[in-house]
Amino acid sequence: MTTVSNYINAKKGILSWIFTIDHKRIGIMYLGFVLLAFFLGGMFALLLRLELITPNELILTARQYNQVFTLHGAIMVFLFIIPSIPATFGNFFLPIQLGTIDVAFPKLNLASLWIYVLGAIFCFYSILSGSVDTGWTFYTPYSSTAGGSIIPMVTGVFILGFSSILTGINFIVTVHKMRAPGLTWFKLPLFVWTLYATAIIQVLATPVLAITLLLLVLEKTMGLGIFDSALGGDPVLFQHFFWFYSHPAVYIMILPAMGVISEVVATFCKKELFGYRIMAYSSLAIAIIAFLVWGHHLFVSGQSPFITMLFSLLTFLVGIPSGIKVFNWIATMYAGTINMKTPFLYFLSFIFLFTVGGFTGVVLGTLSLDIHLHDTYFVVAHFHYVMMGGTVMAFLAGLHYWWPKMFGKMYNEVAAIVAFVFIFIGFNVTFFSQFILGANGMPRRYYNYIDEFQLLHFTSTVGSWLLAVGFFISLAYFISSLRSGKKASENPWESSALEWKTASPPVTQNFSTIPKRIDSGPYDYDKA
Amino acid sequence: MEKVKPLLSDGTLWIPGSYSSFSSNYDSLFYFIFWLSVIFTIAIVGVTLYFSFKYKRSESNLVAKKQIVHNNKLEIIWTAIPFVIVMFIFYWGFKDYLYMTVSPENAYEVRVTGKKWFWTYEYPETGVKTVGELVVPVGRPIKLVMSSTDVLHSFYIPNLRVKRDVVPNKYSNLWFDVTQEGIYQIFCTEYCGDQHSNMDSKLIVKSYEDFLDWMEEQKRGASKDVPLDLLGKKLYKEQGCNSCHSLDGSVVVGPSWKGIYGAQRLLADGSEVKVDDNYLRESIVYPAKKIVKGYPNIMASYAGLLSDREINGIIEYIKTLK
Repeated sequence: MTTVSNYINAKKGILSWIFTIDHKRIGIMYLGFVLLAFFLGGMFALLLRLELITPNELILTARQYNQVFTLHGAIMVFLFIIPSIPATFGNFFLPIQLGTIDVAFPKLNLASLWIYVLGAIFCFYSILSGSVDTGWTFYTPYSSTAGGSIIPMVTGVFILGFSSILTGINFIVTVHKMRAPGLTWFKLPLFVWTLYATAIIQVLATPVLAITLLLLVLEKTMGLGIFDSALGGDPVLFQHFFWFYSHPAVYIMILPAMGVISEVVATFCKKELFGYRIMAYSSLAIAIIAFLVWGHHLFVSGQSPFITMLFSLLTFLVGIPSGIKVFNWIATMYAGTINMKTPFLYFLSFIFLFTVGGFTGVVLGTLSLDIHLHDTYFVVAHFHYVMMGGTVMAFLAGLHYWWPKMFGKMYNEVAAIVAFVFIFIGFNVTFFSQFILGANGMPRRYYNYIDEFQLLHFTSTVGSWLLAVGFFISLAYFISSLRSGKKASENPWESSALEWKTASPPVTQNFSTIPKRIDSGPYDYDKA
Repeated sequence: MEKVKPLLSDGTLWIPGSYSSFSSNYDSLFYFIFWLSVIFTIAIVGVTLYFSFKYKRSESNLVAKKQIVHNNKLEIIWTAIPFVIVMFIFYWGFKDYLYMTVSPENAYEVRVTGKKWFWTYEYPETGVKTVGELVVPVGRPIKLVMSSTDVLHSFYIPNLRVKRDVVPNKYSNLWFDVTQEGIYQIFCTEYCGDQHSNMDSKLIVKSYEDFLDWMEEQKRGASKDVPLDLLGKKLYKEQGCNSCHSLDGSVVVGPSWKGIYGAQRLLADGSEVKVDDNYLRESIVYPAKKIVKGYPNIMASYAGLLSDREINGIIEYIKTLK
């Protein structure tokens, strides 16, 4: 029997990967790096939770603790969650979902990957050469006066930004120019719509972060007084600049996750997405309003009450399209035929966790409440519900959903459900206790805390162990799937989306014959 | 001595005890959104689970019964209702925020300075200064005018539901009116370095008469009667020395004070110095002049913050730490 050629075995040798311009191979390499970053960031998280099991010193000194929470945040945000879905699943599936061979600029795509690696090398150099204890937000004037290895870290993040911008440009042009004939805008899968909206934010917002970090480096090296008040600068200006990027960046993290969730719910219910057009438009609406809400990170910073009022109002408005999306996903389930497989379990957990994240976001957007809750564990729990409960759950949904297509192998469904149970329970134990802590006044970034908070901190730490068990089980069955998994058919989930109409794994050209014309939509389950 | 009010075991599960003129506003709005969220979450999860079971794939349900892509009535309802609710919440939050932001004309003013890693308070009317303890009268509006001497800090009293960033080279304001006498926890909530989590402080709320007595006592300089080494011992905690210098030989941030007096110290520039009264005084007033090898140069100057007698007190106290 001859093995069928596919993108994995088409060429041999490490160089055929390093210099590949195949979007699928680039996606797979991104997946490797991104998972490595998630592992490292996760180890740091376990270390933090272990230290916090007692109110006083246990295994880390105060400075080490501050470095570890900074690294946890920086690695999770810049190396894991921002590239997580767009750079992996986006790279792999965007061209296939458009019925084309590759992205518009394949070499630029390869450049994005290695620029990402270069940025990561700078970050690791920073860890080895003195580390950083500023928090991932690098707030001035602490960051402009503190010691440690801040400049390499900031340079690393600066470089990572270019990777993000180049991927964004590539995706925008690809969606505009590379669609198969007949594949009009409203026949695109929602995953494509969300990648498109994300790419717009990446291209427009990331340069602001790059400039801000550059100014910080200039201040540190040449004493330019921009943020440090001792030099005549304004420290709050840094916060405005920083969040002008970093709040839209929150939507860089969540929009692609919403895309994955849309694909999963349609496939596993065999239903056309409810409110498809509204879903597409609301992705763009979110991308635009995302630029106008950064000031809700500064409610207690001393910005003017009038501006504060406007930011609160806009924050409530951006919540509405997200709410509508949740209603649409649930409505999609109506009268469907629901296949209760692992990706769908992650879809269900996404709905619940994202809803909790959303409602606590309403609490934080409310001016008088944010004053009390700002910079407490309530905020920490809120963004973990949105980022981990939202994006990571969607990432896991996507990983299980597309795994058979990417690697041509099935994973063990029973093991996957066991891992899901650990991850779902572990997540809620870890972070729900933090809502109660924060609401009662426990400040974030605290190495020590008052004794009466210990029980809740202890609970949260136990939750982190459950989470770790869940992730290690996942790692085990994915490795076992690669070694000896059952061969996956072309379309194991009976999806009507385009990426399931080619071999698993796909050939290098994506389709044995490139589609001449595509007239069907991605969710045409009534025509099946 | 009276204890600090607990946070978790006082109040309800979701809010610490409520002791300011606007904390009850906070509590009502918080619980309003809380119960609304609980109801909506139960509804959302309930419908999701109901659909999951009702439309589960089975032999008799292999093809979706209907393909529905939109329903105008339903979509208008689930857009309009959340919109009205959030606008109502926005207005409520903004109204309470305005009350919290605009301090009454007759508020009693106290100046607050945040410094790595302690808070100092100064009463402009009397010139009295305290460190680590903010003493105010009950039932009167108090206005804090705050600034930092180094990095960002944030002044937070959970029981009063107030918080405000403290910024170098700028004044930020915060006001409150405490409804009950007692001792309340104050935290720093803007990350400020190694000892950020130890940068706490206490709000001591007294009756107006007790407050006036306390102020008189401070003005008389009650410390004059205390022996110097005991004064030093008191200042060790009040001035935040304890956040960096231990008494048992362990290293926190700076060198421990144990057995330090009379010892020879190796400095960062390679020279040696004997720890005597002059060296200690210099290290308190100009900490950056002589840095002990192996320690970071991060201590801020206490020039102007301590009187001569207080400096003498700290030196005498260090002498007792054999």
